[in-house]
Amino acid sequence: MTIVFALDCWIAVLVLAVASWTIMARGSFAAVVGFVAFGLLLTLVWVRLDAIDVALTEAAIGSGLTGALLLGAASRLPEAEFATQAQHSLLVPRVAAALLSAAVAGVLAGGVLLLPDPAPSLAPVADANAVATGLGNPVTNVLMAFRAMDTMLEKVVLVLALVGVWSLAQVRRSGAHPLPLHRPDRDSTLAFLARLLPPVGIVVGIYLLWEGADHPGGAFQGGAILAAMWLLVMMAGLGDAPSGSRGRLRLALICGPSVFLTIGLFGLWLGEAFLAYPAAYAKPLILAIEFAMTLTIALTLGLLVAAPRESAA
Amino acid sequence: MNIVTNTFTVLAITVGVFFFLAGTVGLLRFPDPLTRLHALTKADNLGLGLVVLGLVPQADAPLGALKLIAVWLLVQLAGATVAQLIAREARRGVSQA
Repeated sequence: MTIVFALDCWIAVLVLAVASWTIMARGSFAAVVGFVAFGLLLTLVWVRLDAIDVALTEAAIGSGLTGALLLGAASRLPEAEFATQAQHSLLVPRVAAALLSAAVAGVLAGGVLLLPDPAPSLAPVADANAVATGLGNPVTNVLMAFRAMDTMLEKVVLVLALVGVWSLAQVRRSGAHPLPLHRPDRDSTLAFLARLLPPVGIVVGIYLLWEGADHPGGAFQGGAILAAMWLLVMMAGLGDAPSGSRGRLRLALICGPSVFLTIGLFGLWLGEAFLAYPAAYAKPLILAIEFAMTLTIALTLGLLVAAPRESAA
Repeated sequence: MNIVTNTFTVLAITVGVFFFLAGTVGLLRFPDPLTRLHALTKADNLGLGLVVLGLVPQADAPLGALKLIAVWLLVQLAGATVAQLIAREARRGVSQA
C-alpha cells in the first residue's frame, strides 16, 4: 500500500514538474513536446483513478491528436518570432495571467478539499439503472443513454469545428486536387510503416469500439485510432487528403449526428421522450449510433489535422 | 510453482528496468544524435521486452499474455521506424552544416 501511495505521489510530482517545464519552455517545439509528455503522464493519473475510459481518450486525443495539431501549428510559427514575443511581452499582463491561473487553481483545489465525505455521486444511480440499456460499461451507459443529449451535441460541435477550420484555412474548391501532407517518398521508412501498421490499427480501432459496450473503450477512442491510421497513410504520401467538396465525404461527416438525431426523434414519435430508446431495442440502437459516430469522429479528427496543411503549400 | 513464476517476474522486470535506466543515461550523456538513438532503442527493445516477458506469467488468460506481446511488437515497430526517421534527419542536418 505504501509503495503504491509513494508511486502516486511521484506521478503527481512528475505531472506538475512537466507542466511547469512546458510553460517555461523557450521554443514552441519544446513546449509541444512537453505538452505531449504531460498528456501521457496524465493518462497514468487517470489509470490510477480507475478511469480507464478517460485515460484512453486522454492518450489518443489529449496527447496524440492535439499534439499533432500543435506540432503543425508550431512548425508554421516562426521560432524567432515566438522567442522575441516571449521576451518583449509586458510584465503586467504576465503577472496578471500568473495570478489569475493561481487563483483558478486555488479555487479548484479548495472545491475538491471542501467536498463532503463521501463526495456526492450519481454512480450508484447509474449502476442501478444499467439494466435499462443492456450495456456493461457504465461510462457508455452515461454517454449514450443517461446523458445522450450532451454526447449528441458534442458530435455536432466536432463537425462545426471542422467547418471553422475549413473556412479559415481556405481549402481549395472543387476541381483542384488537395496536396499531400508530406513529400511523397514511396520507399521511405515512413511509407513502410504506413503499409504495415494500418491493417493492425484498423482492427484495434474497431475492437475498441466494439468492446466499448461492456469494457473501457468506445466510439471516440476507436475513432481516434482509425483517424491516426488514416493520417499515417496521408503523411507517408501513400494517399491524398480528400477534397472537402466531395459530396460523399460530407455525407459521411454528418452521418454520426444525423443517425443520433433520427433515432432521438424516433423516441419522441414513439411517445416517450426525445432520445429515449425503446427498451427492447436499446442496445442495437446504441450500437448503431456508436458505429455512425465512429465514422464521423475518425473523418473529422483526421481532417482537422490534415485540412490546415492543404492550403499551406 | 507460484514462487518460481514470481521470482522469474521480479528478475525479468529488474533486468528490464536496468536497460531502461542504461538507455536513459545514454540518452542524456552520449554526445550526438546517432549514439543517443542507439541508447534509446536498446531501452525500447530489450527493456520493454524483458518487462513484458516478466509480466506474461502473471497474465490471467493466454489472451492477455498475447496482448502484452502484441504491445511489445507494436512498440518495436514504431520505435524502429521513428529511430530511422530521426537518424535520417540528423544525417541530413550534419551533411548540410
